[in-house]
This record gives sequence, structure tokens and C-alpha cells, in this order.
Amino acid sequence: MSNKNQWEAVIGLEIHVQLSTNSKLFSGASTNFGAPPNTQACNVDLAMPGVLPVLNEEVLKMAVKLGIALNANINSPTSFARKNYFYPDSPKGYQISQMDNPIVEGGFLDIELEDGSVKRIGITRAHLEEDAGKSLHEDFEGQSGIDLNRAGTPLIEIVSEPEISSPEEAVAYLKSIHSIIRYLDISDGNMAEGSMRCDANVSVRKIGTAELGTRTETKNVNSFRFVEKAIHYEINRQINEIESGNRIIQETRLYDSQKNTTRPMRSKEFANDYRYFPEPDLLPVVLEDEFISSIKESMPELPNEKKIRFTEFYKLSEYDSSLLAADKDLADFFEEVVEESESPKLSANWIMGEFLAELNKEHLDISKSKVTSKQLGVLISRIEDSTISGKIAKEVFEKMWDSSKDADDIIRDQGLEQVTDLSEIEAMVEKVISENQDQLEKYLSGKDRLFGFFVGQVMKESQGKANPGQVNQILKQKLKK
Amino acid sequence: MELNELTLKQQLDGLKDSSFSSTELTQDYLKRIKSKDPSINSYITVTEELALKQAKESDDRYDKGKALALDGIPIAHKDIFCTEDVLTTCGSKMLSNFKAPYSSTVVSKLFDEGVVMLGKTNMDEFAMGSSNETSYFGEVKNPWNLDYVPGGSSGGSAACVAARLASAATATDTGGSIRQPAALCGLTGIKPTYGRVSRYGMIAFASSLDQGGVLARTVEDAAILLTSMSGHDPKDSTSLNIDVPNYTEEIDNNIAGLKIGLPKEFFEQEIPDHVRKSTEEAIEVYKDLGAEIEEISFPNIDLSLPVYYVLAPAECSANLSRYDGVRYGFRCADPKNLEDLYMRTRDEGFGSEVKRRILIGTYALSAGYYDAYYLKAQKCRRLIANDFTEAFKSVDVILSPTTPGTAFKTGEKTNDPIDMYLQDIFTIPANLAGLPGISIPCGSHNGLPLGLQLVGNSLEEGKLLSAAHHFQKVTNWHRELPEL
Repeated sequence: MSNKNQWEAVIGLEIHVQLSTNSKLFSGASTNFGAPPNTQACNVDLAMPGVLPVLNEEVLKMAVKLGIALNANINSPTSFARKNYFYPDSPKGYQISQMDNPIVEGGFLDIELEDGSVKRIGITRAHLEEDAGKSLHEDFEGQSGIDLNRAGTPLIEIVSEPEISSPEEAVAYLKSIHSIIRYLDISDGNMAEGSMRCDANVSVRKIGTAELGTRTETKNVNSFRFVEKAIHYEINRQINEIESGNRIIQETRLYDSQKNTTRPMRSKEFANDYRYFPEPDLLPVVLEDEFISSIKESMPELPNEKKIRFTEFYKLSEYDSSLLAADKDLADFFEEVVEESESPKLSANWIMGEFLAELNKEHLDISKSKVTSKQLGVLISRIEDSTISGKIAKEVFEKMWDSSKDADDIIRDQGLEQVTDLSEIEAMVEKVISENQDQLEKYLSGKDRLFGFFVGQVMKESQGKANPGQVNQILKQKLKK
Repeated sequence: MELNELTLKQQLDGLKDSSFSSTELTQDYLKRIKSKDPSINSYITVTEELALKQAKESDDRYDKGKALALDGIPIAHKDIFCTEDVLTTCGSKMLSNFKAPYSSTVVSKLFDEGVVMLGKTNMDEFAMGSSNETSYFGEVKNPWNLDYVPGGSSGGSAACVAARLASAATATDTGGSIRQPAALCGLTGIKPTYGRVSRYGMIAFASSLDQGGVLARTVEDAAILLTSMSGHDPKDSTSLNIDVPNYTEEIDNNIAGLKIGLPKEFFEQEIPDHVRKSTEEAIEVYKDLGAEIEEISFPNIDLSLPVYYVLAPAECSANLSRYDGVRYGFRCADPKNLEDLYMRTRDEGFGSEVKRRILIGTYALSAGYYDAYYLKAQKCRRLIANDFTEAFKSVDVILSPTTPGTAFKTGEKTNDPIDMYLQDIFTIPANLAGLPGISIPCGSHNGLPLGLQLVGNSLEEGKLLSAAHHFQKVTNWHRELPEL
């Protein structure tokens, strides 16, 4: 019988990140997404006879930033190589990539696991290369269409060491890379549009074995969830194969997200021998120390650094800090809210609660939020200064979301200010007690749980506007008598 | 004297002092092309309409006193240089229907100087060949004797200038493709330092060796054209960002005391007596001109040919992958599927020499062979370059025959690729080291010209040109014209 516990997975990820330059890696054509087919492919992208590549120097800056963020060495000189294969979306019949002397080599990334522990994943290298075009099979009867708009878009491929042990770790690593590239502003990291793509090298071995099992490479995994599912599937498939007495074949597999399976690519879909050799059309690139140090000096705060700052400065929990810091836009939003509300903890709760819930409900990006950070900050400060209760604040927030009005306007127009006049609350408490003599007797005879009933009745009496703290306090006094 | 008998320099002077117009000069060439080229086949495309239009514009500029540096000079471009909206075939069936969507930097620079383009010249397919017999558009004949080859790969450019079907022509040299045809057709041909002339728009054969240059009647003519063609091009990352001297001024520099090196290994080769004799006579000329002659050694020179025939095919195997029938050029009829499209397009579109080199190159780069072939060849290439570095510590230029013999008969070597490859034994080392080389006429045997090669240190085209120019001032080989 199969015993999955005897096995461990060895996983390495290759992550392709599209760099958000205005023009392509080796040509001046635009890199915008979504233009009509072949309208953003110039003579160089079309591999016209006689054309030559010219390196877009903007990518060097981006790659160096990434290298620094990944605690890696920056190679100088760094050189380009040709990777030869025939495919219609590869117009030159080779891809310009890097083999020896990749721009980034030998780094690491610390990732946080679900149990809060930290694991260090080695980064083998990150190299620059050009993206391929796209083959379109749907619209052409018996033929394929080729769109070369994407051809030549700069990519950086980040290759991890095979030090990832589970699908969950793989996702944590991927999310961490995603977070870093967004922080560095070198890519939008949009997996659905293909700006970030992931290939997973997976093998399994019996726990305690030193040597690695035969690995497969699963391609075409384009969301965090699919990465987790694809690796899960592949691990189980490999264990089942081996336990059924079969051998794992070293091969490239495609993930099918609809069936949640992986299947081998037909052998013609990939070449075995890429015949790499140095690209003679491009000279090795020397990165001056000054260039690298100027980038070092201008590095933004990175997710891990931000997380530590949030914990120390705002006194947030580790969990809150890392959740907020994972997304740069979210972290920025949080800090803007705090600037207004002056209450970090409450702001964090609101952002991760109501605010994210609304965004997710409407599938909105934070930049498209219907409530601004300043508006949310004001709302939270109205809770802090007891103008409204937390419960009313939720109502107000929903109205703000729907109307884009400010909190103060909604509170004023709808008379939602909290009742904090002690005598007014006392009157309400007395009214509730006198109307509920049965419950009073039961309470006094020991049914403590009925305290909540009285609170609820008073709040109801006040239409939710009574200050809950004051209600509690007065009720306690009155019910003792 | 007919206008086409004048050198480019004489034509330029004639245009400047209004002895004749560019239109007259252009018409003279066009008429001659019509009558003479059918037996030579030096042109693939004659751009008559464009030439006459450019000549007219040129004449207008002369009339207004706003003439450009090369205004009105009718030249031809090797069909390896992309010319916007004009057929650019590279001598191949693969591009037999290809009109380039843009012009190469070389072509643009010369247009900007006012040259008139007569057409595009025949060449070995994708510049692979030493006899112009691999062209899809037919063999080119040597104007000195139509039974003989003009050399290659720039055989069309050489034959058209030798036959006076153009004032001069652009050409390219990967292993000798300018200098060898220059020698075989009695012309002056210069391949400058790698990176001196932009490769943008010059269809790639072997990117690290390819270099554009000139085929002309005299050193002076070559210097004029080279000055206009050279210079940094941001579109070519391997082009040198170093100022270009005015070579027409440099050619007159004194050469007394010039140190000429004779590589002993070159002269140990099996060379026919007439080649040895003409070279020795040339050495005597240089002695008379005040040059000092010194024997030098190139211990690694025997590696040149094997190194070249690993590296050039390796690079070409990748450079020619883009010809796949998908986007432009030849596509096989009724492809059944993608693989069939690739296989038949490339099988039917490429000739056998091109296929041979793609196969050699693919093999040399294959897993398991890369280290033994490609990498080893790269290391040997460095050894050869080091030999030159050593040599230039003691000499200014290196002298040798350009080729091991005169032109050979059409068909004579087509079944023996190795014998054909030996044509470039003296020219290839300069390409491997990226150095400038020039070939000038220095003799004749059985009515066929012989060439003398001078190789200079990096960026010392000026020194080469002056050494060659002084030779032409005291010899008449370059003045001889073939009877047609």
C-alpha cells in the first residue's frame, strides 16, 4: 500500500518575469499589452534579414535591482547567448538569452512559511532573455496565426535551487518573488496576462535518500493556485508511478488547469539540444561599479524590511505586518490611512477586514478603490474619538463605498453620531430594565449570560447609537442594585 | 575615352567641373550593362528607373551648387545589402522574392552622399563560396576570360567593376570575399577593421567575421568610398565608436621607412611560380619605395582554415534559421504541417553549399561536440589573433599573395569543396583577427590578374591605403582593363 509519508518532494522553480520597459529588449518597438496582432513588431522583432539587436539599457538597471534584492552577485561583464530552436513564434529561429555570465548569480530569498517559520531558498541565477511571440490556433481554419507583438519583450528568468519541499512552500516563494518585483517596480507581475510565468521542476525521493529522483518540468502554470495544484498533482503522480513499479521519465509536461492534470508535451513541442553559443551581435556588457552602487543607494524598502518596520514602529502583530507588507500598494495604503487615523492597529484591522472584503467582492485593484485612504482614515478616527461605534462605522463604510461620500457627511446627514450623554443612556437603561422584569429576576438569580441581552436591548433602544462602553458600565451599576 | 573608363575620382572631378552630367554617366553605364552584362551576369537587379531619378537629382544639386561628397557617381551594391523596396536576394532562392522593407546603413550612408545606385550585384548564395558559382541567379563570369570564375563571394561586384558596368561596388568579406575576387578580377578591394563599417542591413553570414567594404578600380577610389561608408552606427552594437579619418587624405602619407612583414609560413605554402614571382616583384617595388622588409612568423597560421570552417558555419547555422517560410521569402508549396513547411522550405530554398555549412555548424554546436569544435576553435582564433599582435610589434603591414593562384575555370572546383576553401587560405587570418586587409593588382598570368594582399593593424586602414596607393603610383597593373 502506498504511504505518502515515506516520500519527500524536491522542487525548483523557474520564474519568467516580464520587465516593464517601454520598449523591447533589443528593439525600439513598444511593449504594451493588447495591441492588434503584429502592430508592435518592428523589423528587428520580425527578424528581417540584416537586422541587429541593440540592448535596451533600462533592463540592466532592473536586473541589477533584482539581483540586489535577491542578495545575489552581479556579474560583470555579463554576456548574451543564442538559444537555437525552431518555432513560428520565435522569428529568428533562436532566442537571445544568457548562458555563461548571467547578470544575476548566486543569491537567496527568505520566505515565511504558514507556521511562521522562515526558510531560506537559494537562487541559482537570474538571466535576461527575450520573450517569444504567440501562436493563435483558434481563428484560422487549418492554419495557425502568429502574433509577434510580444516577441522581444524583455524577460528575466529567476532560477531557484531545488530547495523547495512542498507546493505550499513553492507558492510562498513565488508570492515572495512577486512581491519583490512589484516593490522594485520592474514588472506588473500580472500572472493572468503572462507578465509572470512559472515552470516547476519536480522530483520525489524516499525520505532519507541523498540522491535526487528524476525530475519533470511542468510548464504553463499561470496562477498561484495553479502552481500549488500542478505541483501537488505532479508529486502524487510521480509517487504513484514509482510505487506502481514505473520509472519517471525526464520530460517537459504541460499543466491543464481545467482537468487539473499534467501531461507530457509532444516531443516536437520542445527541442532537446538548444546549441547555445555566445551571441556574436552583442558585445559582453561591463557594469561599472559606480552604476551598481548608485542602484544600491536608490533601492526601495523591500517587503521583509517593511514588515519589520511595521512590527516595530506600528506595533502590529507579525501576521498583520507581513500581510500588509506583502503588497506594496496595500502597505502604502495602510500608511496613508494611519497618517489620518493615527491608529495603526485599528487601521490594519479595517484594511484587512472590511476594506479588502469590498475590493475582493468587486475584483478591484487597490488603485481603483472607491474609498480613498484619507476617507478611510477619517472614518477610523471617528471610531477613535467615539463619534460613532465600530458597528455604525461598518454601516457608514458601506455607504461611503456606494456613494464615495466622506464619513462625516454621512454621519451628519443620517444622524449617526453616538449617544454619549450619560443621562440619556441611563434613561434608556432604566426603561429597558423596567420593561424586562422577568429577565431581571433571572439575571439576579444567577443567569449572568442575560447581561448580553440587556446590552442588546439598550443598543436597540438607541438604534445602535449608544456608546457600547458606556452602556456596559451603566448596566453593570444598575443591575447590581 | 569613354566615361566608363574613367576612375571614380576622375568621374567625380568631371561632374564637379561639368564636363558631363550624372545622367550622361549613368546612361553610359546602363547602356553598357544592357550590352555586356548578359554574358557576365554580374547584376541580379538593375534599378534603371531609380538610377536615372537619382542622377537627375544629383545633376540638380550640381546646378544649384549644392553637390554632395559623392554626388552622381553610379555604383552597384552587393545583393547582401538591404535596399528599401528593391529586391534583396543574397543570391538565394530563399530570398528570390524579397523586397527589403528598409535600407542598410551602408546603402543609406552612400545615398546620403549622393551616389546613384545602378543595381544589385550577383554573389555566392548567402556569401558562401569563392567562385560565385553557388548563386541561385547563375554563375558570374570573369571579365578577363569568360571561361573563368570572378572569385567570390562578391563575384558580381568584382566582375561589374572590372567590366566597367559600375564605377565601384560595395562588397562584404567574411573570409576573403572582397580581396579574393579583387585579386581574380584585377581590382582594388579593401576589407576594413571589424566594426569600422556598420553591419546593420547587411545580411548576416558569420556575424563575428562579416565586414563590409569596397571593390574599386584604384586605391584612391576605394579610399573615397570607404570614407563615406565607415563610422559608428548605434544600430550595430559591434560597430566601433571611433572617429573615421578622411582616407583620401591619408593615402598620400609618406611610406618611406614602412616596415613590411613577410610571414614565412605563407611563403612555405605550395604556391605556383608565377604567384611567387609577382609577389617577389612587388616586394622589390616596395624596397625601391623605401620600405623595410622583415621576415616574421605566424606559428598558428595553419589553424586558420579549420578554425574558420568551424566558426563561420556555426554562426551561419543560427543566422540562417530565420529563413523558415513563415514571414517572408520563399515558402514551399502546400505545406502539410509545420514540420513539412520548415523542411521543404529550407530544402528547396537553400542551395547545397549553404546546406553543407548549416549542417557543419549545427554539428559543431551540438551537445557533446561544442567543446571539441566550437570552443576549441574560439581558443585557436585567439592564438591566431595573438600571432598578429606579436607581428605588429615589429612591422607596420603584412604582405602576401592574396590567393594561391589566378582565377580558375568555371566548374573546376565545384566538386571539391576543400580545394575551393583553400582559395581563402591567405585571406581568412585577417577576418579571424578582425584586421583590415587590402588586395591590389600586382601581376598577370595567362591574361588573368594576380593580387597582392596587405594586412594592417586594427584601425590602420590609412596606413594600408597609403602603402597600396604608393604601389599604384609606380605600377600599372591596376590600369589594365579587360577587353570585352
